[in-house]
Amino acid sequence: MERARSPAKGLDDESAGWLRRLGADGGDRQAAERELHARLVRIALTEVRRRSVSSPVTGPELDDVAHQAAGDAMFAILAKLGDFRGESRFTTWAYRFVILEVSSKLGRHYWRNPPVALDAGQWERLPDRFGIDPAGHAEAAGVLAEVRRVVDDELTAHQRRVFVAIVVDGIPLDALATELGLRRNALYKVIFDARRKIRRALVANGYLEESGWEQR
Amino acid sequence: MSDLGRLEGFLRTDPRDVGCDEALAVLHIYVEVVAAGGDAAGRYPGVAAHLTACGPCAEDFAGLLLAVTSA
Repeated sequence: MERARSPAKGLDDESAGWLRRLGADGGDRQAAERELHARLVRIALTEVRRRSVSSPVTGPELDDVAHQAAGDAMFAILAKLGDFRGESRFTTWAYRFVILEVSSKLGRHYWRNPPVALDAGQWERLPDRFGIDPAGHAEAAGVLAEVRRVVDDELTAHQRRVFVAIVVDGIPLDALATELGLRRNALYKVIFDARRKIRRALVANGYLEESGWEQR
Repeated sequence: MSDLGRLEGFLRTDPRDVGCDEALAVLHIYVEVVAAGGDAAGRYPGVAAHLTACGPCAEDFAGLLLAVTSA
């Protein structure tokens, strides 16, 4: 584990105290680690419950995810203590680790009981994904058909697979990232480029004006 | 065509959007500015644009803000 550097000037007292205690030897350090770990567990438990509404992970498995996330976050925090530059309070910096661990672990656990398979291609659910009321389906049908045409004809195979999984089938981005062995940022950029490409095509083909939807 | 508003909003990309990696790298700083009532979006417009468009990063932001403000 990397030991903390001497507390930087300008740190608030609490942050400086954390760094001092986590960088100490013996009992002080162990007590600080126990206290920090307890906080991370509490935050992780709160976070998995907050996200349980939108996650297929339920019951005791959620608590397992929280404890695993807290443990892994603790390990990462201790390993990266030297990276803390005092741009925020120490605890805010540390809590970020456990929040990101919860995201990552829920993405991984998604595949234990996935509500939809990869490559399912549930295009019929696309109106619901965008909150289009059943009464508006007919009106939206032309635009959505054009979206599908652009996805099929103008996106690359990789863009198409990622777009269908995330946007059409509603697979969480972090879950897809785990399945494909990619980083969240890489998938986000794929979706970003696909969004731009689809929008340009809709504008070019008269379905959308630069400033919004064309009335047609 | 108000029913298509969400689709139109989804397709509209913001060139200021910094992406997940950059947004998450400063998330702790951004959250503290928000928690203190400061102008986080004015200070980090690219992060604000990203959090508007990226559901997973917005969830991380909400979770960290809750952790900080409920501590």
